[in-house]
Amino acid sequence: MKNYVRWLPWLVAGLATLWVVSGILPRSSSGFELGEFGRLPVVLNGRVQPLDSVARNSLRQLRNKQTALRDSRTRVSAIEWLLEAFNRPARADELKSFRIDNPELLGLLKLPENEKHFSFSEVRPSLTELERQARRVDEVPAQNRTAFEKQTMKLYSSLVLYQRLKNSLSPEFSTNFLAELTDYEQLLPAASAAAQAHQDGGQFDSAALNRIMVFVRRYSQMAELSHPLMVPPADPRAPDTDWQSMGASLVAAVEKGSLHPAVKWYAQMGRAYNQGDVNGFNQALGEYRGWLAAHFPQAYSKGQWESLFNRKEPFYKATALYTIAFLLVCFSWIRESAALRRSAYALVVVSLSIHTLGLIYRMALEGRPPVTNLYSSAIFIGWGAAVFGLVLERFSKSNLGGLGLATAAFIGLVTGIIAHNLALGGDTMEMMRAVLDTNFWLATHVVTITIGYVATFVAGFLGIVFIVFGVLNRAFDRATAVGMERLMYGAICFATLFSFIGTVLGGIWADQSWGRFWGWDPKENGALIIVLWNAMILHARWGNMIQERGMAVMSVFGNVVTSYSWFGVNMLGVGLHSYGFMDSGFKWLLLFVVSQAIIMGLAFLPAAYCRSQLFRSANSGPQGKAAKDAAAQRA
Amino acid sequence: MLSSLFQFFTSLKLTVVCLGLATLLVFVGTIAQVEQGLYQAQDRYFRSFFVYWSPGGADWGIPVFPGGYLIGGLLTLNLIANYVRRYKFNRANLGLLTVHLGLVLLLMGQLFTDLLSTESAINLQLGETKNYSEDFFASELVVADTTDPDTARVVSIPTTLLPTTPTVRLPQKPFELQVRQFWPNAELLENAGEGTVASGATDGVGRTLWVQGRPPTVKMDERNVPAATVTLSDAGKPLGTWLVSGLLRPQSFAHEGRSYEIALRPKRHYTPYSLTLLDLRHDVYPGTDIPKNFSSRVRIDNPSSGENREVLIFMNNPLRYQGLTYYQYQMAARGPVKSSTLQVVRNPSWLTPYLACLLVGAGLTWQFLAHLIGFLKQRSA
Repeated sequence: MKNYVRWLPWLVAGLATLWVVSGILPRSSSGFELGEFGRLPVVLNGRVQPLDSVARNSLRQLRNKQTALRDSRTRVSAIEWLLEAFNRPARADELKSFRIDNPELLGLLKLPENEKHFSFSEVRPSLTELERQARRVDEVPAQNRTAFEKQTMKLYSSLVLYQRLKNSLSPEFSTNFLAELTDYEQLLPAASAAAQAHQDGGQFDSAALNRIMVFVRRYSQMAELSHPLMVPPADPRAPDTDWQSMGASLVAAVEKGSLHPAVKWYAQMGRAYNQGDVNGFNQALGEYRGWLAAHFPQAYSKGQWESLFNRKEPFYKATALYTIAFLLVCFSWIRESAALRRSAYALVVVSLSIHTLGLIYRMALEGRPPVTNLYSSAIFIGWGAAVFGLVLERFSKSNLGGLGLATAAFIGLVTGIIAHNLALGGDTMEMMRAVLDTNFWLATHVVTITIGYVATFVAGFLGIVFIVFGVLNRAFDRATAVGMERLMYGAICFATLFSFIGTVLGGIWADQSWGRFWGWDPKENGALIIVLWNAMILHARWGNMIQERGMAVMSVFGNVVTSYSWFGVNMLGVGLHSYGFMDSGFKWLLLFVVSQAIIMGLAFLPAAYCRSQLFRSANSGPQGKAAKDAAAQRA
Repeated sequence: MLSSLFQFFTSLKLTVVCLGLATLLVFVGTIAQVEQGLYQAQDRYFRSFFVYWSPGGADWGIPVFPGGYLIGGLLTLNLIANYVRRYKFNRANLGLLTVHLGLVLLLMGQLFTDLLSTESAINLQLGETKNYSEDFFASELVVADTTDPDTARVVSIPTTLLPTTPTVRLPQKPFELQVRQFWPNAELLENAGEGTVASGATDGVGRTLWVQGRPPTVKMDERNVPAATVTLSDAGKPLGTWLVSGLLRPQSFAHEGRSYEIALRPKRHYTPYSLTLLDLRHDVYPGTDIPKNFSSRVRIDNPSSGENREVLIFMNNPLRYQGLTYYQYQMAARGPVKSSTLQVVRNPSWLTPYLACLLVGAGLTWQFLAHLIGFLKQRSA
């Protein structure tokens, strides 16, 4: 029976790996090659991306999920939802694509208050009212908006986005786009010649021009609305700037006298999809893919790779595994079970592996260093903490078993959740604004600063465990406390090093691009606060002003300082770094700060309420004799 | 007494207290930027010895918290005192010595930057040539003798000195100057409106204008446009009263056969060379408004050295020339009038952070590795 200590971890690791690898795309039972359709490249947000990303990012904005709902039970995959919106808007209108939580907003739209997910058809009756409200709110400065006003604007922009998607492949109310295009194509040569003659100032066929104007007007409207640029340039060597929306490409056809082949394939796919013609759809899709692979190999493979990344969801899976690992560590402490702890170790290793692969994959997709925005900073902090935690676990003494694992798993899972929520803003691989468009500084300053965050959070988490153990865990003794203090000290040293270097590198970057090393900008100040705070902890320790418990309390406060620097300063909405502005997070930041304050308060609980020997023995407090002795010994 | 003072300045407690106060100060000073704007908050919290609190907006204040200069100064003293006391050159504290040397350098460098650096901007329309940049904050009142079309003789008075300047002394003609009214920030209107006053000007374009005083702005993307009404007189005989403002072009007048110009404008910093804007670009990512890059192609023409060459200035790639650095700052690439603004910085101590960073980085790494190796050795023992 004792044997399970040996095989359980292997079993857990095997199952986890199996789950990770098995994430094959949900095959559509209908036979339409939806996965392949999702891989088609388009240009949006200034970059080539697959339609699958367009679909997922849109749904994230619309309803905080990567799926839509047909009814309360049946989910519709993002790409199927997008296909419906492209080709069968009337049916897409019936899918629940929007999430509305705000009770006031629900009241305004006359929607049932006990539901959250709504279809466009349900919202439609109140569109005029919503538009009226949105126009008013638009005048209110963003930071002064109430929750209702923010939600109104959010829903309004969601509806605009949805409206644009519906007009991206064909005009929303066209009944047979393919047939329409055939008519249009027949008119093109004559119209093109007439337009040319008109331009040259000669005799021209005004009837031919008039006939085509009806179409052109319709397609210009469509071009104004459409969202992704679906049609590749005529010349494969042209830059990404030359991709066109469907509407724009149709208008441009008048001058060229012919339709772009991509337009026709998309129309054929649309028609076949509408008719339920699986073979027709798959054939047009296959032809277009072949054409893309031959003429735009780079965009084509970008689409393939990115949609694979979307489907595998490595960060989501890593988060799930970290969660299980964390629970296992906690149980292993309660039950003092080596088998559980080893299983947790195995899980963290598997989780860190996919986390690492995901990180590298993402860097390759973007062609950027790991941290480019808030979302990726969360992913990177989780990754760094997991590495840090595993190293701690490997090198710390046996009485601290599980501590490194808990650090890795907990920070990994929390940052995973944060990243998930940050992703709701839309495209997480957005392009870098002018001054940020430099891989050198992203790779040096940003990465070092973020490693500094990692180390401060690791120390802070150890501090939390220290205090919780001190209050709750009978077995928590001096030896463990001293060991944990050393780990915190090490992490703080590491944090000081990286925060300082990162801050100064940031200063040097600022000197390179804005002309001053230091400008007291909020984000700079945030980084400086981390350096100052960590330096303060180090000096307090060197001067024997704090002992183990003091170290723990100060490390926990490091969490507050770091989270302020990471998120808080972006919420101020001032300064040169306010590109990461986000307001919904403020509530959570506040909650986090309060929770940390409570934990710090616990460290000062009277001895009688604590269960550990360490916190109970009167002379072990922050100023106690035993503590002083230990300090003397340490020195 | 002296030894206890020395004791005080070498104590680690002082270090810890100062670091704690600094943490708090930086935090509060950052939050204050939301209300007071970057520059005002910076002056109040960081470039001061004390942070003052004025009850109910009074014009006096009580010092309630140590300011940046005081905390920084104490920390520097603390550092130096510790150097004096503990300076022992051995391998164990080599790292810490290097770190703290770097920190002293960094703090000193920043102090010098604070005292010596100047920031201004040069705004160039496409094809325009200028041999001066304009200050962000300071303005000047200028009276120029423009009779000679090739060289103007200019008298410039900083607006801060205006109320106390009785005489403008041009080589040909001294004028007496009287400031009737001065607004630190004002809008000019063609019609009377809320809070406007008639300019009271008897000459120039100001006669028909109304002045609307505004509270000085603290926002980073706005600047104060001062205005004033001034009367010039010659030997007690008034020549006229002019409304001058940063919003108005120079106004000319003639007196005793010579022509003059009067204007209120941002303070100019002249250079012995000129810059010409040849081309500008505002690149965006396809299908978006996200800016990818801003760049300006300029020609430097320096008659004194015979230098005449083109330079491309873009984001993260400034031009360093003769002690000045030119950064791409703002751009109007889409309107009918295309123009580019470069920020011009003179900072003699710009290299100190680079050196300090190297020192501190090396020191911390040394120290950290020493700890790590010690830790691993202890563990394996």
